[in-house]
Amino acid sequence: MNVLEFTLLVALGSFVAGLLGALTGLGGGVVLVPLLTIFFKVDIRYAIGASLVSVIATSSGAAAAYVKEGFSNIRIGMFLEIATTLGALCGALLATVVPTRVLAIIFGVMLLYSAYLSRKPRPRAQRNLPPDSLATKLKMNGSFPSEEGGMRPYNVQAVPAGFSLMFGAGALSGLLGIGSGAVKVLAMDQAMKIPFKVSTTTSNFMIGVTAAASAGIYLSRGYIDPGLAMPVMLAVLAGSLLGAHLLMKAQTRVLRVLFAVVIAFLGAQMIYQGISGTI
Amino acid sequence: MPRNWSDQNIEQMVGNLLRTGVTLSALVVFIGALLYLIRHGSSHVDYHVFRGEPPELRTWSGILHSVFSLHGRGIIQLGLVLLILTPVARVVFAIWGFAAEHDRMYVIFTTTVLVILLYSLLGPGSAF
Repeated sequence: MNVLEFTLLVALGSFVAGLLGALTGLGGGVVLVPLLTIFFKVDIRYAIGASLVSVIATSSGAAAAYVKEGFSNIRIGMFLEIATTLGALCGALLATVVPTRVLAIIFGVMLLYSAYLSRKPRPRAQRNLPPDSLATKLKMNGSFPSEEGGMRPYNVQAVPAGFSLMFGAGALSGLLGIGSGAVKVLAMDQAMKIPFKVSTTTSNFMIGVTAAASAGIYLSRGYIDPGLAMPVMLAVLAGSLLGAHLLMKAQTRVLRVLFAVVIAFLGAQMIYQGISGTI
Repeated sequence: MPRNWSDQNIEQMVGNLLRTGVTLSALVVFIGALLYLIRHGSSHVDYHVFRGEPPELRTWSGILHSVFSLHGRGIIQLGLVLLILTPVARVVFAIWGFAAEHDRMYVIFTTTVLVILLYSLLGPGSAF
């Protein structure tokens, strides 16, 4: 395969990944690395570098749209970014010493878990919780535009638990070159009892900063190859922007099931190839 | 606590900053891509074996030198560096915003995030 053919094929795959990721809300980043390693036989370190760069692009592109709607909470995001950036730094340093086969297996397990998470029904959100003293001191409580109209206030809970989970989310992001939005949402929505819409938009807001913390390490270690990152970044960005645009009209239930199946299949492949040493 | 006017004002500006950063970097990457594909489109490609990038694509001075020599890959890498710097700029902007609100606690939190980011970008063994 020559450079032009390779670039176009990778761009096509990345475009579809970005489109599906945005439409299903599962993020395109998770399928990029298996796509590149399994189908294009790219070394996992180059794949992780290209994926991380595209994560920054999609997160910043989407966050630009979200902040204006008033859902994301900039204080919660900033405070928790201390944990995610520290985690990302550790994860990225770890990625440089962990054998690639082990990286592939961890990646596969993460994919299987995300597929499972996406099918699991979300427990009903509790409303009107009493204010937590630490969260109040940190000025995290806020309000957001509710579906019924007007602003709905919320009180943030369990800050230490959320902070620890965020460190884990950052480490996973730095280790695997993904946004790890699912873990971030889990930490905010489930542990800290932040309303789902606020959790998802704030998570998106945090992904770019988290990824930037490991991108510096990746760049200096030579993981970011311009020839590979170029089609991945441009096409994922285009795909996710189109996906966000279509989202208003599309019926995504069937698509979510399908995408979860694809993710589970890729996860199994990554684990198999990691164990057999063909990655 | 209701979000006040200046909080929303900051978020508006942050939104614009992010959009500008992503657009600019995508544009630079695209220009580099054209040069790269025109010159090397028919070369053989292989990413199966990891070699790591050469110094001119993983150090700050190397990337700049490569850009001034109008190398496609160097220009793409510059675009990617701009992309990485976009969230960093957002953090700097947030420090300024919290300082304008006299929120010392959040100036400290946000500065901590900036220090961690700068360590990754400028610390020992870094590209810069």
